[in-house]
Amino acid sequence: MNAFKRYFGLLFLFIAPFVIFELVNGAIKNIDPAGTKDINNPIIWIIIIAIFTPIAIGLVIFGWYAFKGEYDHLPQKSKDL
Amino acid sequence: MNRPSSTTNIRKVITASSLGTMIEWYDFYIFGMLAKTISTQFFPEGNPTAALLSTLAIFAAGFIVRPFGALVFGRLGDLIGRKYTFLLTLILMGGSTFLIGCVPSYATIGIAAPILVLLLRLLQGLALGGEYGGAATYVAEHSPANKRGYYTSWIQTTATLGLFVALGIILLVKSNMSDAAFNAEWGGWRYPFWISIVLVGVSIYIRMKMSESPMFSKLKAEGKTSANPLKESFRNKANFKMVLLALFGAVMGQGVIWYTGQFYAQSFLENTCKVDFEQSRTLMLIAIAFATPFFILWGWLSDKIGRKWIMMVGMALAIFTYRPIFQTFLDDTKYEVPESISPKNLDIQISLLSGTQDSLLVSTSNYILPDGKKFQTKQTDTVFYNSGQLSIGKINIINKVLPKATYWKFVGLIFLMILYVTMVYGPIAAFLVEMFPTKIRYTSMSLPYHIGNGVFGGLVPFIGLLLSTTYKADPLVGLWYPIGVAVLCLVIGTLYLRNKIDRNIKD
Repeated sequence: MNAFKRYFGLLFLFIAPFVIFELVNGAIKNIDPAGTKDINNPIIWIIIIAIFTPIAIGLVIFGWYAFKGEYDHLPQKSKDL
Repeated sequence: MNRPSSTTNIRKVITASSLGTMIEWYDFYIFGMLAKTISTQFFPEGNPTAALLSTLAIFAAGFIVRPFGALVFGRLGDLIGRKYTFLLTLILMGGSTFLIGCVPSYATIGIAAPILVLLLRLLQGLALGGEYGGAATYVAEHSPANKRGYYTSWIQTTATLGLFVALGIILLVKSNMSDAAFNAEWGGWRYPFWISIVLVGVSIYIRMKMSESPMFSKLKAEGKTSANPLKESFRNKANFKMVLLALFGAVMGQGVIWYTGQFYAQSFLENTCKVDFEQSRTLMLIAIAFATPFFILWGWLSDKIGRKWIMMVGMALAIFTYRPIFQTFLDDTKYEVPESISPKNLDIQISLLSGTQDSLLVSTSNYILPDGKKFQTKQTDTVFYNSGQLSIGKINIINKVLPKATYWKFVGLIFLMILYVTMVYGPIAAFLVEMFPTKIRYTSMSLPYHIGNGVFGGLVPFIGLLLSTTYKADPLVGLWYPIGVAVLCLVIGTLYLRNKIDRNIKD
């Protein structure tokens, strides 16, 4: 089971940059000053990419920790934190 | 001091916490539900500054300010205590909501109107970010270990009940006046905002009488509270690992399932399936009323069998059934105009196309079919002045009224989706509380909760629109976002989370 946890960690490491790439790509394709939909609005894209980037970095860190085996055993008590 | 509270006392604790949290959700929802009226009053079309402020009011309040509120009030809750912090969030929320209802329109005070509304909306987001963690922590810290899931599940009903009360009050006000009276500058749309001050007043009175959490009081008496909760939550590697696990292994999946079941489904019925406005709302109300007790059931069950698998099964069921459920919505609302039946009435309105001499002919017809279906057709034709030619527009079927059997079938399907919400959401307060130590609990659990719900959940309509604009062939393509996030969360939760119930949360 712990081996599974570690291999999946690698997967999460790659998912996060992919998500950010897709968001930036989506912004480039859809921002249109003449458009009327939410996806044409640059402000919304700026807010979403700005808030999603630290979350994606969090997923990278999570993946890295998982890969390194940091989640093989979870803390049993608060003093272990 | 830290003995489990008596039954009477815990009931008071739950009532005080749940009522306040429900009112905060009510306050947050009415803005979204009245968005159309609010935009005409405060954010007029054609004004770019007002449009920018409107965008910020809608998106920034949910995506940025809610997690920020979680940090600000979480820190405060771990420093000065749960009771006074979530009392402060309630005052902030109630005051902002009431004041939104008092701001004169753009027509009266110009650009000051949208600026004031934006500021008050941001305060609402900030307050909401601080409320939930406080309420959940407060109830959990009063609960005996074997009933923590059951007691905190009452807090979990509040988001859904807040939606229920908001829908109910708006429908009630709207049904007692004409559309013109409701949408007027000082019309009925303001009543739900004003009602909030009464609700908040009652809740503050109840909360003022409550005592501080026994576990926090003990820590404080011993001088063991955290000096810097933000640092201890996010810069302490062992605790930060648990924050990440809570977010990616439970809360982000819960957020998208919650949002899809309670909001996306209604918007899909109304905008994609073109179901009648009143029917789409009443069927939601009925489904919510029947599903809400299940929050308590799953919370209670989580005390017996653990929290993890109830949440994971809820996610798995949603992943496998969302597409068939939404496909049924589409199939059952595929109405066609029968050639053999004439419309009940036909209304034609002629108007000049702005800036030209061409005319628009808008024809509206009402149909009632023998199988109980009712609908309206709307066709817009253009008459070109110079050539005298007529361009025939497409017939759009709108305001579809469902026959009785289909209506109840839809109630059942919405109920099913809200049942998934109750499975993933019912046990999550106890689950989050048990992950973190008392001294930094408020801060540590608030941030992942509001990122999961505010950001992952709040993005469901935007990403749905993005996907359906990019991949036009599949009308259900928008569902791949909640399904994808839920799959990722299910994998992480199944692999990395533990099903153990932490009996001792006093440490």
